[in-house]
Amino acid sequence: MKEEKLLDVQKLRLYFRTTKGNVQAVDDVDFQLETNQAIVIVGESGCGKSSMAKAILRLLPKNVSEYSGKVFLSGREIMGLNDEDFRKLVRWVKISMVPQAAMNALNPVLRVGDQVAEPLMVHFGTDRKDVLNQTQTLFQRVGVPVDFINRYAFELSGGMRQRVALAMSLSTSPDVIILDEPTSALDVLTQSNIFNLLKEIKRDTNTSFILITHDIATSSELADRVAVMYAGQIVELSDADVFFKEPHHPYSVKLMSSVPKLRGNEEPDFIIGRPPSLINPPKGCRFADRCPKRFARCSEEPPTIKFGNNLVKCWLYV
Amino acid sequence: MTLSENEKTTPVTSMRDIKDQTSLLSVQDLRVWFELRKFGFAHIGNVHAVDGVSFELGFGESIAIVGESGCGKSSLMKTILGLNKPTGGRIWFDKMDLSTLKAKELKEYRSKVGFVQQDPYGALPPFLSVKGILEEPLIVHGVKSKEERLHRTTKALEEVKMTPVNEFLGKFPHMLSGGQQQRVVIARAMIMNPKLLVADEPVSMLDASVRVEVLKLLRNLQEQHNLAVIYVTHDLSTVRYFSERIFVMYAGQVVEKGKVDRLVNNPLHPYTEALLEATSDPDAENAKVMKKIPSGEPPSLIRPPSGCRFHPRCPKIIMGKCNIEEPPELNPAEGQYVSCWLYE
Repeated sequence: MKEEKLLDVQKLRLYFRTTKGNVQAVDDVDFQLETNQAIVIVGESGCGKSSMAKAILRLLPKNVSEYSGKVFLSGREIMGLNDEDFRKLVRWVKISMVPQAAMNALNPVLRVGDQVAEPLMVHFGTDRKDVLNQTQTLFQRVGVPVDFINRYAFELSGGMRQRVALAMSLSTSPDVIILDEPTSALDVLTQSNIFNLLKEIKRDTNTSFILITHDIATSSELADRVAVMYAGQIVELSDADVFFKEPHHPYSVKLMSSVPKLRGNEEPDFIIGRPPSLINPPKGCRFADRCPKRFARCSEEPPTIKFGNNLVKCWLYV
Repeated sequence: MTLSENEKTTPVTSMRDIKDQTSLLSVQDLRVWFELRKFGFAHIGNVHAVDGVSFELGFGESIAIVGESGCGKSSLMKTILGLNKPTGGRIWFDKMDLSTLKAKELKEYRSKVGFVQQDPYGALPPFLSVKGILEEPLIVHGVKSKEERLHRTTKALEEVKMTPVNEFLGKFPHMLSGGQQQRVVIARAMIMNPKLLVADEPVSMLDASVRVEVLKLLRNLQEQHNLAVIYVTHDLSTVRYFSERIFVMYAGQVVEKGKVDRLVNNPLHPYTEALLEATSDPDAENAKVMKKIPSGEPPSLIRPPSGCRFHPRCPKIIMGKCNIEEPPELNPAEGQYVSCWLYE
């Protein structure tokens, strides 16, 4: 019996049109997310992680040349919805987002309380009185003093602004929250506090998370599943227990060994070369040029190999 | 307990006399305050950005200054670079007192100190080519011959492993990747053959895969040129590969200093403990436990808390002591200094 996943992304593809050709930012990405699960998407900058988040939420720029694939949310296909239905039924109602550099994502001329309340008023038509109560509850939930409701964004510290952005994404009790680099601009202690908060939310509610980050060490704070993206494709998708102990794809192995560790004595390593251009990505495996384990077959497109709960896109495991 | 341990500040003059010959940089009881004014003239207080910091830096030694944003590490760094005027205390660089330098000597001093900025893209002028960027310091410091400038530019680029050099000389910053931009910044800092390099979070804006590469590059340069390095960061996990000593700063003061290994394995100050606890290593177990992190945020530096500045957040506070009296610098273990009443 096939159980229904909360979110099922199939062959999601997002290409951008530029003067030099089409940029294949997200290329046939598949992944599933279960209720109350957190998936971490890691990869270097420019590998298409943020584009993928935007593709799921359909927050697209004007120069899109191809946008296809299927996304099932609780069994319902949402890619086929028209824009108005998508806005009414999905965006921020079922899937919300904490944008990258959420610290600067707040509107400087609105009071933060009003911004947190806005999704409630827009989507649920809640009247002002109830909204105030709910906003207060949300502020308490994320650990911002309630009297901050009437402040402006510039009056808050970075950590507090991040919490407000999180409150905004929580306001409609969505099923999925997409966190795009939620803590990369914050100090270590604040970062840990935010992750503690995210863990609490995950424990107390049924929310699922998609965490997009390039920081592998902190990503382990929340991860149940890990997806490694490289040049627009997911090259490995594993359970966190497996991934952090023993990554499989050569790129994941390299990426893990490039993380400086506080405890333990291994010297960190770095990956030679740069990711390929996404305008004309190499045929075959896209990591082949930088791969230490390259062999003849790598010039063909590698298949996705499944073992247990884990997927690897590499010829080594055929 | 001896009497001297109870005294708040260590007598700095004697320290200078001993260390003067051996250290490159000597910072003594440095205070950097910024005045706050109302309506542009009425004095309403000071921001105590750096409040009584002293340390010695030997030739070819590398130290790391760790702390959260707003702890005063950037103010300290800028004062060392001669960009801020200290409110109190002294900085000695190679037997020169920084506060007495005239404009010409200050220019000379700046050629001996290199600066690697945090955001490489912001630090490079967008309208200058790599060649122009690297020539600028040479022109400012009066290298007149074109050939010599080209020679030194080429050499600097080779040192940061941007080869073939000719391919990069004509490029503009936006044509380079983040890692390459940061290399140009390092090459520019190195071009006057400085004795001291101040690196402000040099890798925090870079991708994980390039981060280690740039750190290794910096370490190689340090070893080859016997360069003293001040590495300013908030990321403890990179410190270990780079520096011999760590200084932990909190609210304008150094709360703990010591050898890297000792400090990482055996932190004494509760704030250092918190910093270490907050730094994660990749491990799936992390997701299952909550971290014990003191809540709250660093205090205002306009009216810093009385006593120990960490006491409002400290889990190990001794009431009646920590909140009243400022802790002295204690030396509970060889080569490790801590300002905390717990170790009295």
